[in-house]
Amino acid sequence: MTNETETEQTPEHVPMMQQILDNPFLLLFLGVTIPTVLYILWGVMEVASIPLAD
Amino acid sequence: MTAETVVGVGRRAAAADFRTCPYTGLKVDAAAQTLIKANAVAAVVFLLIGGLMGLLVALTRWPAVHLLPADWFYLVLTGHGANVLLFWIIFFEIAVLYFASAVLLNCRLPAPKFAWLGFALMVVGAIITNVVVLQGESSVMFTSYPPMMAKPNFYLGLILFAVGALIGCAIFFATLAIAKQERTYEGSIPLVTFGALTAAIIAVFTIASGAIILIPTWLWSLGLIGEIDPLMYKVVWWAMGHSSQQINVSAHVSIWYMVGALLLGAKPLSEKVSRTAFFLYILFLQLASAHHLLAEPGLTASWKIVNTSYMMYLAVLGSMIHGLTVPGSIEAAQRKNGYDKGVFEWLRKAPWGNPAFAGMFLSLVMFGFIGGISGVVLGTEQLNVLMHNTIYVPGHFHGTVVTGTTLAFMAGTYLVLPLIFQREIVWPKLAKIQPYLFGIGAAGISLFMMGAGTLGVARRHWDITFSDAELSFAHSAGAFLMMGLNGVFAILAALGGAIYVLVVVGTVLFGKKITAGHKLTFPLHAGGGAAVSQYGSHATTKLPGTIVLVAIFFVCFVLYYFINWKYLSELWLFR
Amino acid sequence: MAVTPPAQRIWWNEPIERVELTWVIIAFLWGLFMFGFMIAWHFIGGQNLSREAYRIAPSKYEAKVEEFAKKHTVREEKGVPVVKPPAGSDIYILGRLWQWWPILELEKGQSYRVHISSIDWQHGFSLQPTNINIQVHPGYEHVITLTPTEAGEFGIVCNEFCGIGHHTMTGKIYVTEPKRAESGQRLADGR
Ligand code: HEM
Ligand SMILES: [Cu+2]
Ligand SMILES: [Cu+2]
Repeated sequence: MTNETETEQTPEHVPMMQQILDNPFLLLFLGVTIPTVLYILWGVMEVASIPLAD
Repeated sequence: MTAETVVGVGRRAAAADFRTCPYTGLKVDAAAQTLIKANAVAAVVFLLIGGLMGLLVALTRWPAVHLLPADWFYLVLTGHGANVLLFWIIFFEIAVLYFASAVLLNCRLPAPKFAWLGFALMVVGAIITNVVVLQGESSVMFTSYPPMMAKPNFYLGLILFAVGALIGCAIFFATLAIAKQERTYEGSIPLVTFGALTAAIIAVFTIASGAIILIPTWLWSLGLIGEIDPLMYKVVWWAMGHSSQQINVSAHVSIWYMVGALLLGAKPLSEKVSRTAFFLYILFLQLASAHHLLAEPGLTASWKIVNTSYMMYLAVLGSMIHGLTVPGSIEAAQRKNGYDKGVFEWLRKAPWGNPAFAGMFLSLVMFGFIGGISGVVLGTEQLNVLMHNTIYVPGHFHGTVVTGTTLAFMAGTYLVLPLIFQREIVWPKLAKIQPYLFGIGAAGISLFMMGAGTLGVARRHWDITFSDAELSFAHSAGAFLMMGLNGVFAILAALGGAIYVLVVVGTVLFGKKITAGHKLTFPLHAGGGAAVSQYGSHATTKLPGTIVLVAIFFVCFVLYYFINWKYLSELWLFR
Repeated sequence: MAVTPPAQRIWWNEPIERVELTWVIIAFLWGLFMFGFMIAWHFIGGQNLSREAYRIAPSKYEAKVEEFAKKHTVREEKGVPVVKPPAGSDIYILGRLWQWWPILELEKGQSYRVHISSIDWQHGFSLQPTNINIQVHPGYEHVITLTPTEAGEFGIVCNEFCGIGHHTMTGKIYVTEPKRAESGQRLADGR
């Protein structure tokens, strides 16, 4: 195994996608925001915009 | 590698009480271990209650038996949904979260007191809801659609349960954070932990949505709020109701990978592909909550299509990827283990006598073929009209949540018992047949309910003869036959479930304590710990068996999909 | 393996196996196809659920249905009026504890603007044995343009749990053969 501190201190060698996947809190943010916007907010807006019957 | 990691963090061990697992070399924090045990036991208790209720429901829906009177039927059905879908599954998931974080990362569980608080809230909440359901007057089904109202404690119990589960998720994230800080592992978290992370992320969204909708509903039942809009309720409620099923998917896929690793030494074909598949879950799986609103008034086709398709089926892509990589990694490992002949020797010579493997593999196959395919069809915007609220729907989700999740959790239990409870499994012969019995029974109820639903039988319905109805209606003989067969297979499933509970309880209470040097009845992969990671690898390219399995799956999927479009095209016209 | 950290520190750059890549591409394209097909059905298909809906007070909806029934009732069956509206008109169905009201008599091949709502709890409109299933909410009036394509006697079952009498909640639609030849022609044209 290579020197541990060295790998830790050179994050620029870690590809961007791997960095994203290694960051649980970023993932948490994405996983909560996307459905909140696309599903809940959009859905609630559609229900709210149903017109009144005459 | 595991051994090195253990040595590397030795200095922090003083803070917690660790033991080293003799089979895997993992360091196990005592607090985490006890919490895993407690959550697993609670899960099994609620499975017992809920499973019994399921049997009563199925026997009532068997026209020739018609066991319970109507009021009891609706009461028991409400209890069945809540106990199995929420309590059994989520207790077990909390155990999975603690296992995948603390144990797999060789880390201590931070703030175990908090974790116990969460556990206590969940237990209290589950008891409150059960009591109020059993008292009657809260037979509103676990979906509790307004304006039908349950007693306030029905909602209160669910809220307490959810808060407790949220604490469990917070503990999971905290464990990830301190494991990283204390360097209890090197590089990226293991794939199984990544899968558990996916589950935990979806759980946070699930529980937040639950709070948004259940708290006002509770206040409404107390008379503090005038009205809950039924359509608005449904949109937000399903952000919880369906997303919680996606927690299950993430959790049981993780268990598939774990069982493959521990029993066969399987290694993911490619970390990149498997993790990307989980990443697609994190981004898009929860959108599928829209499956439940395809037959509702007033929502646009755009909203329906974008959401019901999980953003162009990208989350389905994730599942189809796991559907290849899980058997693929097992095939690769088995070929390295010496079963390299022909297309299927790796599968024929797999440890089918080990209930952990049998359960896992049956779960994989049946989740894909029964739950997965029917789910995509049911979730197609227009096709939904063919089956919305028919008993096809419970048929579909018994394919996901019973043959998929529940069976996978049962399989996982056969590893948790020796590794965490450190007890030898009692009655191994019974344990051996258990996954088959339960699997066949569960597959039967799924398929026959789907069949009956295709013939128009309604879900949550006490009397398909409509004998008390003013205007009569007669279902076809086929529908009655399907409901009868459903009852027969329900008995098989219940038997399989009962054996599971028996083996778990027997093992926990009377199983032989595992001591150093003990040889397990259902052994892990010979390598164990460090050596195992040498096995299987992306260098194994030839996976003919998996290719055949996946090809069969794909053909079934496409055929079934188009058959349903053909059915749809024969309906009356509507627009 | 799956329960230990990846063997390679930088796993993102690992090559992907051919089998995996092929499957990912197939599955992705299949997903795109299914996505596109839902959109396409809005143009090529005859079965798409209408979005048209209005908020309405249950009492107001009930009054509308009663007025409609009074106007076109042709006979009674077990105390329930059988209503025969003119082809192409607006027709009303009411879901309530525990019946679908009134009974309708429609003509095959004719289109009707069907209004559906509930005045108490949620109900499930389930036309049998055809198997068309639509959710019905109190407070929302859903308008669907419906064209029966077969003649006969059809049941409406309730398939959303609506209390202790849920399993007794039924209704009925009669569809009669078209009287004029031209409506048969219209049917053949898919209208
Ligand atoms: C012994 C095993 C089981 C049997 C025989 C069984 C049978 C049934 C039947 C017949 C229904 C009723 C369908 C209806 O009338 O609408 C039902 C509903 C349901 N089952 Fe099961 N089931 C079993 C296990 C499970 C498990 C393990 C889960 C979840 C993990 C589950 C989740 C559900 C849910 C969520 C419902 C819907 C309740 C509702 O409509 O409110 N079942 N089950
Ligand atoms: Cu009803
Ligand atoms: Cu009903």
